[in-house]
Amino acid sequence: MRIICPICGDRDRREFYVKGAALARPEASATLEDWHDHVNLRDNPAGEIKELWYHEMGCSAWIEVCRSTVSHEIVSTRLASTADLGGKR
Amino acid sequence: MRFSGWRVLKEGLTGNKGWAPHWRDPEPQPEYDVVIIGGGGHGLATAYNLAKEHGITNVAVLEKGYLGGGNVGRNTTIVRANYYLPGNSEFYSHSLKQWEGLEEELNYNVMMSQRGQIMVYHNDGQRDAMVRRGNAIINQGDDAELLNREALRKLVPILNYDNARFPIMGGLLQRRAGTARHDAVAWGFARGADQRGVDLIQNCEVTGIDVENGKVRGVQTSRGVIRAKKVALAAAGRSGQVAAMAGLRLPIESHVLQAFVSEGIKPVLNHVVSFAEGHLYVSQSDKGGLVFGSYLDFYSSYAARGNLPMVEHTMETCVSMVPALAKAKVLRSWGGIMDMTPDGSPIIDHSGIEGLYLNCGWCYGGFKAIPGSGNAYAHLIATDRPHGAATKFKLDRFRSGQGLMDEEGTGAQHNLH
Ligand SMILES: Cc1cc2nc3c(=O)[nH]c(=O)nc-3n(C[C@H](O)[C@H](O)[C@H](O)COP(=O)(O)OP(=O)(O)OC[C@H]3O[C@@H](n4cnc5c(N)ncnc54)[C@H](O)[C@@H]3O)c2cc1C
Ligand SMILES: [Zn+2]
Repeated sequence: MRIICPICGDRDRREFYVKGAALARPEASATLEDWHDHVNLRDNPAGEIKELWYHEMGCSAWIEVCRSTVSHEIVSTRLASTADLGGKR
Repeated sequence: MRFSGWRVLKEGLTGNKGWAPHWRDPEPQPEYDVVIIGGGGHGLATAYNLAKEHGITNVAVLEKGYLGGGNVGRNTTIVRANYYLPGNSEFYSHSLKQWEGLEEELNYNVMMSQRGQIMVYHNDGQRDAMVRRGNAIINQGDDAELLNREALRKLVPILNYDNARFPIMGGLLQRRAGTARHDAVAWGFARGADQRGVDLIQNCEVTGIDVENGKVRGVQTSRGVIRAKKVALAAAGRSGQVAAMAGLRLPIESHVLQAFVSEGIKPVLNHVVSFAEGHLYVSQSDKGGLVFGSYLDFYSSYAARGNLPMVEHTMETCVSMVPALAKAKVLRSWGGIMDMTPDGSPIIDHSGIEGLYLNCGWCYGGFKAIPGSGNAYAHLIATDRPHGAATKFKLDRFRSGQGLMDEEGTGAQHNLH
């Protein structure tokens, strides 16, 4: 598997740490249900999923990767900072 | 049809013409008392227990492929009861006891081989952890022995005791642990369930779960609608997708785990050995092939195959810990889809929908669980109360944070197990 880093380009999977599903973070004051949903529950799709990958051995960017869980194909990537996952504070 | 030494001899002398199929191939009935989704080890053992222990025989197991084609036939066959935390500890203890009587119970040779499993430690911290784990296992009533380096060397001379970075200091041995023939476990439970009247329906994919007013009514399948008073999930790596058919979201991510087998060589390894370094584990099958594996690939996957970095890691660790194996050629490798929970421990519980039950989250350790899980899950389905050995496998522990069972102590988070 090769991941396309928006800054460095096409790189070996070994250069990355994978965090898992890319999910918008609830507000700090969100309910227990919302946090449970965020921390534990997953759609776990067989198909395209959005995930957070960290270019640990490259430019240190966090990247939102759209990837197929069935074929392992990388569909698209963008910087996580542009993916609006930070939530409100 | 019963198996016996006499029968094998007689068939051998008469051209093996008297064997009959081990189970029927029935058409699905319009309605059952219990429908089980998934014909893997857990589904089949549950059906067997429903019939045998609870007299519930109007049961169907629906399998989208063929019996035993999922993880039950893809694992590395390790059976043990050396878990540390309350909840897991009593459950796996219960399951190992069931394994010990399984062949007589099923009248089926599952090739249960209690050859002993050793968890190797490389430093003082790991040794302390092993002592503690060993005491917990003994408290639970199971066996554990701490071996120092010399005692371990006598038992397993082939290991690399002097690796510069990860020298081997000793190990924790459980003599009652070992391996079993995985396919035979599926076949044995399938045959036992079928003999007691359970319908095993293959090539029957569940595509929907019917729920009305909070109560389950039955399932939609590739072979038509089947009504059921109770529906029990046992879909392992596909649990999330099957649960979604009833509108449920589970605390589960599906990940790929790889396994490897070498060419057959003369006996070099009598035990199952697992290493604190690199998560590596190795055993030698009765055919002589070395069976080994290590970590998950660590990204979500429904492809029953992994990627090269984890192949590389596994080979590197294997050659570092057991250098003699460098000369053996790897013959086969494959992957299976694991239903990973945030704490790495399983769920056997009500779903919150009346008549719909959950059995999932077995992660990479659900083979050894099969007899115990069949027993416990059938108890829950039949009586609506948890079995005494599985009271802590609650779905709600993730919401409340109470009763999490994080054996590895890495934190109860999705990407950490
Ligand atoms: C490489 C590898 C090594 C492992 N090593 C060990 C080990 O050494 N020790 C150990 O204890 N555990 C081990 N495991 C884990 C163990 O194999 C699993 O936890 C366990 O087998 C899962 O339960 P099961 O047998 O019921 O699963 P499965 O055999 O996967 O059964 C689930 C069944 O559900 C069916 N299904 C799914 N969706 C549907 C649907 N919609 N309709 C109908 N049917 C459906 C599937 O086709 C499948 O047959 C390992 C796993 C792997 C992959
Ligand atoms: Zn980069």
